[in-house]
Amino acid sequence: MILLLISSVLCAGIIVSALLAVFLGNTVSAAISAGMASLFAAITYVVLAAPDVAMTEAAIGSGLTTVIFLYAIRRTTEPPEE
Amino acid sequence: MIKRATILLTLLLLGFIFLRAVVEYTPPADLNALSRHYVAFGPHELGAANIVTAVLVTYRGLDTLGEVAVLFISAAGVGLLLRRKVAKREEKIPPRASSELVGTAIQFLLPLIFVLGVYIFANGHLTPGGGFQGGAVLASGIMLLLLADPGARLNHTIVHWLESSSGFGYVVVGVLGLAFAGGFLDNRFLDLGTFGELFSAGAMPIIYVFIGLKVGTELSAVLERMKD
Repeated sequence: MILLLISSVLCAGIIVSALLAVFLGNTVSAAISAGMASLFAAITYVVLAAPDVAMTEAAIGSGLTTVIFLYAIRRTTEPPEE
Repeated sequence: MIKRATILLTLLLLGFIFLRAVVEYTPPADLNALSRHYVAFGPHELGAANIVTAVLVTYRGLDTLGEVAVLFISAAGVGLLLRRKVAKREEKIPPRASSELVGTAIQFLLPLIFVLGVYIFANGHLTPGGGFQGGAVLASGIMLLLLADPGARLNHTIVHWLESSSGFGYVVVGVLGLAFAGGFLDNRFLDLGTFGELFSAGAMPIIYVFIGLKVGTELSAVLERMKD
């Protein structure tokens, strides 16, 4: 029962952060929300007893992909005037 | 208007498909025949405590080789697309140096992260994790280095050699399995050793070390390409 409750909350977290990633106007915030969705998914995998998948999701989904998105955003937008 | 309606219709259809999958889902009460074989015979046949690794590296080893190849192709694609603008870099103002705090923290954290990454892929046959996870941890260490020190450069000769030789080594181990054991990527051409020890499960740790190094160097190369 408690497992169901925890995983429901985590899944709600995934959905909310994914929606934020779609609807946020600022691309940097959107990229970070997408990373957060991955992080929630990784915790869900741990709760559902799949540590192997959780490791991949945490390292690649929420770590590397977010940074690659941020680099891409920096490359495709104008640098701020100093 | 028609475009919007098409998108909405597609989304509704997709939602309907997923909804049906969720509503009609009943958790399987029993393993299917193949999974039962993996669970019952995997540890004895291959000597690996982590069944996930046994499936990924040997039973479905060819698929893992394919995954590594896909990652290699995407890394090569990124390298090809972001190759230009090398000459223009020189005249730009150098980026601001990072603070003392960040520099010191990196020196402290980087060895720990690398040790964790190597631990994850060297113990892939015993504990959760493996080549992909360990390689991603290595790459996140490199990422930290690139973020903390804007002027940092990877040594391309070392990265290149490490990546090519680990990919080559992976295939060589696979062919050795074909020659001296049951088939391609069979781990039993080496002694299976004591169950649960670091040096056990035949060639499985060797394969995972190769995969870990390859994934780590590939992802680091992608990160460095993206950075400048």
